[in-house]
Amino acid sequence: MPLSVLGALNRRLYGTLYGMTYTIEAHGLVKRYGARAALDGFDLAVPEETVHGLLGPNGAGKTTAVRVLTTLLRPDAGTARVAGFDVTRDGGQVRRRIGLVGQHAALDEALSGRANLEMFGRLSHLRPKAARLRAGELLDRFGLGDTGRKAVKDYSGGMRRRLDLAAGLILSPPVLFLDEPTTGLDPRGRAEVWAAVRALVADGTTVLLTTQYLEEADQLAHRITVVNEGRQVAEGSPEELKKTVGGDRVEVVVHDPADLPAAAALLGPAAETDPDTRRVSAPAPDRMATLSAVVHDLAASGIAADDVAIRRPTLDEVFLHLTRGAA
Amino acid sequence: MNRLTWALADGWTVTRREVTHWTANPGQLVAGLLFPVMVLLLFAYLLGGGIAVPGGDYREFLMPGMFAMTMVFGLEGTFTAIANDVTKGVTDRFRSLPMASSAVVSGRAAADMLTTVLSLTVLIVSGLAVGWSARNGFGDALAAVGLLLWLRFALLWAGIWLGLKIRNPEAVMALQILVWPIGFLSNAITSPATMPGWLGVIADWNPLSSTAAAARELFGNPGWANDTWAAAHALELALAWPLVITAIFAPLSVRAYRNLSR
Repeated sequence: MPLSVLGALNRRLYGTLYGMTYTIEAHGLVKRYGARAALDGFDLAVPEETVHGLLGPNGAGKTTAVRVLTTLLRPDAGTARVAGFDVTRDGGQVRRRIGLVGQHAALDEALSGRANLEMFGRLSHLRPKAARLRAGELLDRFGLGDTGRKAVKDYSGGMRRRLDLAAGLILSPPVLFLDEPTTGLDPRGRAEVWAAVRALVADGTTVLLTTQYLEEADQLAHRITVVNEGRQVAEGSPEELKKTVGGDRVEVVVHDPADLPAAAALLGPAAETDPDTRRVSAPAPDRMATLSAVVHDLAASGIAADDVAIRRPTLDEVFLHLTRGAA
Repeated sequence: MNRLTWALADGWTVTRREVTHWTANPGQLVAGLLFPVMVLLLFAYLLGGGIAVPGGDYREFLMPGMFAMTMVFGLEGTFTAIANDVTKGVTDRFRSLPMASSAVVSGRAAADMLTTVLSLTVLIVSGLAVGWSARNGFGDALAAVGLLLWLRFALLWAGIWLGLKIRNPEAVMALQILVWPIGFLSNAITSPATMPGWLGVIADWNPLSSTAAAARELFGNPGWANDTWAAAHALELALAWPLVITAIFAPLSVRAYRNLSR
């Protein structure tokens, strides 16, 4: 506890001393591999103490962005600052203030969970005793207290991820990078990691999270940057992004596919038809009024419907809408 | 603490990781230590009967060759460990920590040298048990051990470079197999003079052969009459070869490590 209080104080001091507005900032990052640009003018701005989601299809440049921001990779052009320090000029300062949890559980399989944390603690320049205490603290916090002596190769997937997360938190870093932290986990493992991330943010950590799961971004992220082909294509809160693809829609599933044209006519000129799912949908600006009108019209014209509902766009639709055009 | 002491402390932490592996997995350590002993017994008792060393005992001839061969086979351990850390993301985690970046390499190097000393000790004791001995006194024996470790040290750099370059597990397996011909294409087990001409020349110039021949001289063990230039200058070559290998692979390793951030 005292450690995290100190960490929070420390972070407040940064903010006041340097007038920092964003904890993570990137401007025009470029990273080329031969003719292919993994990052092509990538911009990012993450305010303090928020969870920021980085969304994008495979190969969009999410991991490359994280690797540049964590000083693992040198950009070809552009600048980035993390916790107030330039990632290329002050790599050492940045590394003292970040935690990285990558796509693979980067752990020594042959060692126990405790030995892993102690090793990473020593390499983070904690004194032996402090490293030992911190390892114990983190094991308890992530519910690994009684398995700390077991070799990591005997851990379950969820346990590994939690230990990996713990390893990223040894110095109570103000900034944490999570690169697809739940890929390959079962629903229970995913829920465990989500709970851990929420607890961190409650403690005041700034988190940059890349993910392929839109539900994950929806659940965890305050704001989301959608990346495609190495560039930011949209930025906003999940709600704002959903609004960009349009507001609520009324959706009718007809019983008999032959009724589709008639149902579409009822919904007006903006109606969209999907014969595969026997579905017709149209904007519903007046929500309940639109819904009751549609139900009434359906009954009046004798069209049998299996389902009639008002639906809000999902993040999946936002994602497809934003990344389909460009691809 | 200043930069240098941190670099040493961090290197030691990485080295200690290997020592912890030994205690966590003693079976693997014992198997690794007994493997060269098994090869030794194989040649000393199963095949050695059919090999006659002019003017000497085959086991006396064999031991320095086994020592040198063990140095070369140590290469496998180095590149396998490095490649594993790179693919598992452990190297990236190290690189994202505020530790001295040199420690990733220096820690590995120290760990491998420690393993080598352990392995060499086991092999020397086994040698003594099968009737081998160092006949030129303690000083020369120590010099021979020094030359053996000097070869292993040079091969560390080759191993680090290979591990950083070849990352996928299949390639690592293939490379492990390729180390074998390097070990056998030498004077470790038999004389290059008994091989077909061009193979004999390669075996004669194999750095392993120079170190083995130099160790035979220093231990006072019988060699095989061989009048090639390389055989006549074994001591000089045993000093020079590792220097050449280090001069090539140390800069390459440093560059490959830096290129991880490209």
